[in-house]
Amino acid sequence: MTTHATPRPGDPAITPALVAEHGITPDEYDRVVAMLGRTPTLTEIGIISALWSEHCSYKHSRPVLKTLPTQAPWVLQGPGENAGVIAIGDGLAVAFKIESHNHPSAVEPYQGAATGVGGILRDVFTMGARPIAMLNSLRFGSLDTPRVRYLVAGVVNGIGDYGNCVGIPTVAGDVMFDAAYEGNPLVNAMCVGLLREEELIRAKAEGVGNPIIAVGARTGRDGIHGASFASEDLSEENEAKRPRVQVGDPFTEKLLLEASLELIRSGHIVAIQDMGAAGLTSSSAEMAERGDVGVTIDTTKVPVREAGMTPYEILLSESQERMLVVATRGREAEVKAILAKWDLVAEVIGEVIAEPVYRVTEGDRVVAEFPGTRLVTDCPQYHPEARESEAAIARRTRDVASISERPEEIDPIWTLTRLLEAPTIASKRWIHRQYDSTVRTSTVAGPGHADAAVIRIRGTRKAIAVKTDCNGRYVYLDPRVGGRIAVAEAARNVACTGATPRAITNCLNFGNPKKPEVFFQFREAVYGMGDACRALETPVTGGNVSLYNENPQGAVYPTPTIGMVGVLEDAAHATRMTFTTTGDAILLLGEPREELGGSEYLAWIHGTVAGAPPACDLDAERALTGAILEAIRAGHVRSAHDCSEGGLAVALAESCIADETSPLGAEIDLSSWATLSRRALLFGETQGRIVVSTADADAVTAIATRHGVPVRRIGTVRPAADGLSLQIGTTRWTAPLDQLADAYHGAIPRAMSRAAAESVVAEGAA
Amino acid sequence: MTRFVVNVHIVPRKGLLDPQGKAVADSLRTLGFAGVHDVHVGRHLVLDLEAADAAGAERTVREMCGRLLANPVTEDFEIAGIRPA
Amino acid sequence: MKVGVVSFPGSNCDEDALLAIVERLHESAVLLWHKDHDLQGADVVILPGGFSYGDYLRSGAIARFSPIMQEVVAHARRGGPVVGICNGFQIACEAGLLPGALLRNVSLQFRSMPVTLRVETTQTVFTHAARTGARLTMPIAHGDGRYTADAETLARLEGEGQVVFRYIDAHGEPTEAANPNGSMRNIAGVCNPGGTVVGMMPHPERALEPLLGSTDGLVLFESLLTSVKA
Repeated sequence: MTTHATPRPGDPAITPALVAEHGITPDEYDRVVAMLGRTPTLTEIGIISALWSEHCSYKHSRPVLKTLPTQAPWVLQGPGENAGVIAIGDGLAVAFKIESHNHPSAVEPYQGAATGVGGILRDVFTMGARPIAMLNSLRFGSLDTPRVRYLVAGVVNGIGDYGNCVGIPTVAGDVMFDAAYEGNPLVNAMCVGLLREEELIRAKAEGVGNPIIAVGARTGRDGIHGASFASEDLSEENEAKRPRVQVGDPFTEKLLLEASLELIRSGHIVAIQDMGAAGLTSSSAEMAERGDVGVTIDTTKVPVREAGMTPYEILLSESQERMLVVATRGREAEVKAILAKWDLVAEVIGEVIAEPVYRVTEGDRVVAEFPGTRLVTDCPQYHPEARESEAAIARRTRDVASISERPEEIDPIWTLTRLLEAPTIASKRWIHRQYDSTVRTSTVAGPGHADAAVIRIRGTRKAIAVKTDCNGRYVYLDPRVGGRIAVAEAARNVACTGATPRAITNCLNFGNPKKPEVFFQFREAVYGMGDACRALETPVTGGNVSLYNENPQGAVYPTPTIGMVGVLEDAAHATRMTFTTTGDAILLLGEPREELGGSEYLAWIHGTVAGAPPACDLDAERALTGAILEAIRAGHVRSAHDCSEGGLAVALAESCIADETSPLGAEIDLSSWATLSRRALLFGETQGRIVVSTADADAVTAIATRHGVPVRRIGTVRPAADGLSLQIGTTRWTAPLDQLADAYHGAIPRAMSRAAAESVVAEGAA
Repeated sequence: MTRFVVNVHIVPRKGLLDPQGKAVADSLRTLGFAGVHDVHVGRHLVLDLEAADAAGAERTVREMCGRLLANPVTEDFEIAGIRPA
Repeated sequence: MKVGVVSFPGSNCDEDALLAIVERLHESAVLLWHKDHDLQGADVVILPGGFSYGDYLRSGAIARFSPIMQEVVAHARRGGPVVGICNGFQIACEAGLLPGALLRNVSLQFRSMPVTLRVETTQTVFTHAARTGARLTMPIAHGDGRYTADAETLARLEGEGQVVFRYIDAHGEPTEAANPNGSMRNIAGVCNPGGTVVGMMPHPERALEPLLGSTDGLVLFESLLTSVKA
């Protein structure tokens, strides 16, 4: 089939250079010409460059992603929609998704992070869900550099200002610092929303003759080509592309949120989608593809902010806070009335058509016309070469036991104190006290309280627990194991609060997939995630792939961030991470092993990223999750805290001091494992371990044993004045809690107080 | 009626604590601008409006400042310039 | 008692306030739309938290010109109870219902954390059922909460018992360390001379259930009940 489109007067000639500038390969260009039966117009080149960018097409990642498990009886919507949806009982469901905004945040941290929050909110409320919680997974370079402090301050301010204004509590996340992320920070935002099952709406264009309506903010020239921007390496040249970054308007977002939910519940519309990356182009093409229908759009009808915008600009603009809606024919007036109530504009800009084409007109002139209805998936698929890098193999196989201890390590309290001030481990209160975590009056456990955030579901006894996790260092050292751990740790964190892990969303942050070592990391990490998702029955319901995360030194650590959602049948079971009662027994579920590889201890104390990451036994993880959940539901658990970065000693210290208002001490004896090296026992990051405090050690022990989980009493909760004492064999060391608390709570504020003098904080409101 | 462009500066009232101004002053000194005595951070508004003449435009903008644009409790304003659009 | 909670564009604690009245106090409550001129027979008006009109010009500055605010001001002038929480406090100050202004936090950062307040007077519709000197713990969540007024106003507020709440530390003292935003004299809330209009930056509607960590806000809402029924 041949399609017809007319170049606009003044359009440049379609040259190989112009095609290359749009990130389209010669092969891809040939495919476009074959598809059209003619030379494409500039507008068509723009459309293809956006839709066939990695960000929209998943052209390098799709074959690997297809191996992930996506089904479970509770999954109502898997990958391929704006967000995944799972049922949580009582006719209720939660929609959730995580997405990256790495490159925009690298060039303009405040707006980059803010618009990342805005985009993920829209992905969730376009499913018909009211957002109830936000999370953020952030990765930065070393906090020792002014540039990183500037990025941290800007990103946190941007996330806070946006989420706070819209009124969605930001309740959890994870933040890590490592030089590998220098110059290419990762900013992944996750949103969770609540809906009644029958309110679920999909972004599927249907019904020939139905009008297509642009809703929300007007279209300007901002962010043109953001999707292809996200699919390029970050370089100094890209710094010059600064004007592409969009500006967020959380006030309009709040209005759009209310208007969209009202619109969805009105029954006047059949589909709704955010105009996110690649704006009008991708939203219209994706809705058409899902519905297997044709669409026609007239760019002269789109409400614009600036005069003289070309169809190319209108189609590719990434102006924020806009939606594309397919309404039921004849209900245009009702749709406009709902938008007008919220002081927003709505204009009919096109129509669903029977003819299988994707057509764009500028008034009467056809400026783009593609045959078929599968414009996005017609993109070529790539199967890049995968080969593990020699450097990673060398690091993994290094004998870390041969790294000699520093002289100060003779006192493990010294080491513990240093680790507590490592920014990756230290309290993130400096960050989360800038986020409203209590709006909507449903936050049972907010940031820093528990291993995951707990949000009650109003009108039921239930709650959900949510958490993001990923240790990119593990994934770098062994992608398959690292991918498994990312899922297993997220599941463990959610389980520690008393919630059954149910499903995940993922944000796959990797480097340039055309590099064999990067594609190897990607493929293996995804396989590892798949292993864990199958074992733990937490299917993948969607997510986002962010490739080309590179700086001049190379790719960032491969970071497949996991966003986990779990369900508590009774919110009263919500369990925190801190000790609550003097005299309680302290138990360790799981068993320490001689594992130091990939640890924060090696990285922070010895400046070394090496060794094999800890093993991940998925059967053991599953048993552990079962045991902790049973113990919590039986009412035996006063606190539960997973051992992660910094190992057992850090986990114990956190259970003592994380709650600044009521610290408690602990007397610990680890002599049972005296055969392990002291540093592996205290600071090794062996997986599958939980520190529990309980008034009934026998009951917890019996439950753990029944689940086949090793369990041992390791100590007793003591008054704060007793400090944290650790005994191995005949030697005992005692740390005053003030010293530990000052390291843990003071580290990031001290580092960031330097940032305050370096840069001027941007505007914020109340 | 003629169109005028009116520039308005709104600054924190003198003597009030201005943490933002202080932060800027501190960073400037950190950057080596040793001669900085004081900084105040305010807002600059550019209004494009119709009025019979420049005096009328100024009167209108003063009224706007009094009612909405500036908070009389905490802010001072000054008309920084009026020119035909 | 019937409570009207105003919904401005950008309000985001309006539903929380409404549910506080309906679910916790089991009294009736309605949302009052900003474009309306009708208080729907509400005995008490709550100006809730949020970012009305994006707070783009100045917190609370634009909201006070909403059609509904004319009715709220008239209600207040008649001696009707009005409670402004967070953004609602900012709006009440901008509207001239309360003295002073709320400026950018001295840290220049948004602050979301629990604070402890001391009740300074019970001669208001919102503290009637509390005890003078009572300590209440509840969250704050604001960027512009630094209470500011000129010396004369401050002296009048102190002299007339119009300071309703102060931020205090664990020892009950209004210290600098206990002051989350740089407010003058650690002021967290004030009232009009009659005690019928109360504004405060902290969020009592977020402190009504043990599950959420504090029930210290209950006594304030119960005060409304006794004030209206009295």
